[in-house]
Amino acid sequence: MLRELFRFHGGVKPATNKSASTTSPIAKAPIPARLVVPLHQSLGSPAIALVEPGQRVLKGERIGAAGGRLSAAIHAPTSGVVRAVEPALVPHASGLREPAVIIESDGEDRWAEPEHINYRITPPDEVRDFVRDAGVVGLGGAVFPTHQKMRPGSGGKTRTLVLNGAECEPFITCDDMLMRERADGIVSGAAILRHMLQAEEVLIGIEDNKPEAIAAMRQAVAAAGEHMEVVAVPTRYPAGGAKQLIRVLTGIEVPHGERSTDYGVQCFNVGTAYSVHEALELGRPLVSRIVTVAGNVERPGNYEVLIGTPMDELVRLCGPRADTRFLVMGGPMMGVRMPAFDVPVVKATNCVLAADDKLFPPAPPEQPCIRCTECAKACPVELQPFELYWFSRSKNFGKAQEYHLFDCIECGCCAYVCPSHIPLVDYYRFSKGEIWAREREKAAADQARERFEFRNFRQEREKAEKAAKLAAKAAETRAKLAEAGTAEAPAAAEAPAAEDPKKALIAAALARAKAQKAEIQPQNTDNLSPQTQAEIADIETRRKALEAAAVPASTAPAPQAADATDLPDEPRP
Amino acid sequence: MIHSPYVRKAVSVQRTMGLVLLALIPGIVAHALLIGPGVLVNLAISTITAVGAEALMLHLRKRPVAIAVGDLSAVVTAWLVTLCFPPIVPWWLTVCGALVAIVAVKHLYGGLGQNPFNPAMIAYCSMIVAFPALMSQWPPAGQLSFDTQLALILGGARDIDGITGATALDALRTGLRSGTQTVDAVLQGSAFGALGGRGWEWISVGYVAGGLFLLAKRIITWHMPLAFIGVLAGISTLFWLLDPGRFASPLFHLASGGAMLAAFFIVTDPVSGATTPRGKLLFAGGIALIAWLIRNFGAYPEGIAFGVLLMNMCVPLLDMKTQPPVFGHHKDAKGGGK
Repeated sequence: MLRELFRFHGGVKPATNKSASTTSPIAKAPIPARLVVPLHQSLGSPAIALVEPGQRVLKGERIGAAGGRLSAAIHAPTSGVVRAVEPALVPHASGLREPAVIIESDGEDRWAEPEHINYRITPPDEVRDFVRDAGVVGLGGAVFPTHQKMRPGSGGKTRTLVLNGAECEPFITCDDMLMRERADGIVSGAAILRHMLQAEEVLIGIEDNKPEAIAAMRQAVAAAGEHMEVVAVPTRYPAGGAKQLIRVLTGIEVPHGERSTDYGVQCFNVGTAYSVHEALELGRPLVSRIVTVAGNVERPGNYEVLIGTPMDELVRLCGPRADTRFLVMGGPMMGVRMPAFDVPVVKATNCVLAADDKLFPPAPPEQPCIRCTECAKACPVELQPFELYWFSRSKNFGKAQEYHLFDCIECGCCAYVCPSHIPLVDYYRFSKGEIWAREREKAAADQARERFEFRNFRQEREKAEKAAKLAAKAAETRAKLAEAGTAEAPAAAEAPAAEDPKKALIAAALARAKAQKAEIQPQNTDNLSPQTQAEIADIETRRKALEAAAVPASTAPAPQAADATDLPDEPRP
Repeated sequence: MIHSPYVRKAVSVQRTMGLVLLALIPGIVAHALLIGPGVLVNLAISTITAVGAEALMLHLRKRPVAIAVGDLSAVVTAWLVTLCFPPIVPWWLTVCGALVAIVAVKHLYGGLGQNPFNPAMIAYCSMIVAFPALMSQWPPAGQLSFDTQLALILGGARDIDGITGATALDALRTGLRSGTQTVDAVLQGSAFGALGGRGWEWISVGYVAGGLFLLAKRIITWHMPLAFIGVLAGISTLFWLLDPGRFASPLFHLASGGAMLAAFFIVTDPVSGATTPRGKLLFAGGIALIAWLIRNFGAYPEGIAFGVLLMNMCVPLLDMKTQPPVFGHHKDAKGGGK
């Protein structure tokens, strides 16, 4: 069982604060009266709503279909009636509202008929579609659609499947408790993932501060007769970062912007593996998850919570203290401050922390950077964080990118150790936001420029085409004229075509008009009786009067036509 | 706090500076015991001047005074200025040094964290250029009473050529320059102890103790002291072996002058030094090389201060050229560096 482990640079050891929430088993949180299920619960595109207000839904019924390749379905977390599909406050720091399905529960919690497939004999594409439609996403917090990761690397194989049970963030124990209590399901999920990835080995990495979880997982692996290795990894934040854990277990460093599959490794959270097991073995979509409630509460613990449950209702189960100022989703290192207490629990919610001034004291005043390089020593990505800070401060974004700003995983180690109390990560977020905004602006400007250039090009082209047409016509006429000239010498003498083509054209046109007039002269009215001729003359005068009256009306639509020519061009092919 | 992380390690600039001050105490105690307590008077003068100047400059720059004065960085600067000055310089020289360091070198460049040069070393260099005689009067161990020292510091009496000797480095240099003596012959003189200057060698030991404390507390990294000591020892060993008559031994170089103070407290100044691991090695090694060259071939007996300033100038280049590879771009990591 002795495996050579690798280490990643830096990292920190904040107080883990995990023991308080692991004293009692996972409890089921009660069904709330009203659930808010946001449509956007995975990385990528939001789901597309499939239900309408007033519609009855059963637990596990699909209420939103995956909205694209990188998206996952969402389901009714319990049975009830859809009250609305409208923007609602979502657990995001911005405080923005996003479309959500609002369900009033009927308290029966009645399951819809489960769907089953046998993943062993079903084509992989269909299994992936099934997982997508079961709404399975990465439960470690990134909510990456799991089906997109359930494919082997190059050559149809994967060397190593890594199961991430490290759970390095302080306070969070949902994976710990899941491994202690439902290890069998996790191992079953791991077996499914191994099958899908055609993985040669399965490594389950767990930080060594969770001996109960390690023991439970080892026992489950042995009981299932599986060849999987449970590896205790040193407790050091952020060992639970996917790339850090891959590094520790395999020695492979997956660079920023590249996929681990290309290096023969794929990594899933243990909770995700459990959801895969539930979806494919039990036919149950992802409608609930384990959430740790901790921080400024009397009884920290873990709950199985329906997606869409308001956080304040969940926290109420644990006896929140009165001086709680706000809620944090996630841990103290990377968590997100919630814009309100009643935002819903979503698939990304691994932990809800009640924050007060004692637990999360207000930031001390920011002092100048003294270049002590503590941040560089702590950075797990081996960046020079203080350089990024200087570049961000001076808005030297080009330099910041040159110094690998986008390799930063925002783990917070640098800000944690900074003796000058500089909120370093905020500076990187600012820089990244500015760079993205500038790129969007640049893209928009590029598009506008391209459009403008194309419009000019098109106008030029139309002009040229018109000119070419005219020239062709003129040439044709000239040729006719020349032909006529050889036949009728007097006409040629009147308009010397070779010397002045313009004059020749005019002469030709005049000649044509004359000829037409001459042709028109004998009309069929000529041989009619005078009475009829008078009638015709009468009709003619009336028609002229009508035409004269119609002139102002017919000019009216003209501006519209002019507008139409100014309409934006259609996108280029 | 609005954004993560919401927790912080219990560290601060004040704590860092406080630990540096604490680490200086063994050297200061040895200094006061062996050379005389004059150094304590000078420490008091420089501290008061530096803190006052810091507060005034912060006020003039419209910055919050209390927090910045409370970070103790001005006290560290003041102590380092004093410790690299002779302990019996007149009070006004100490005041000048502290003012140069705080006002000109630190605040005119933007305050804490912004100065490209080491404040204490600029103070030392400007004073030794302006007052070469005063800055060269180093009392030998235990020969000056406290009263005499106090009179020299506070009074104007400067008729002390009879009682202050040259430093070990100075004596060696003068001896060798006369062309008649070898290193061994010079070292017989009264200015020298077992290793370097008599008495001063024990002060060096005090600084080493403080430096090891800082290493243990992870306030400084091993890179700079090791590179500085390593290069100084390496190059002096090489030349000493080649010609022991003309070049002093590595032990002499390490134990003399401000070598140990520099190795652990001056070279390691984070603000004006290199920041990358390789950059730190080159920076400290470069200082040692320049110091040895000046000690042997230059116009001044001690060259560390000039070495520090010259290498300060190279810091942006060193940092830029020695950026370490980031995660996923190591050549040796499996899968990385492809």
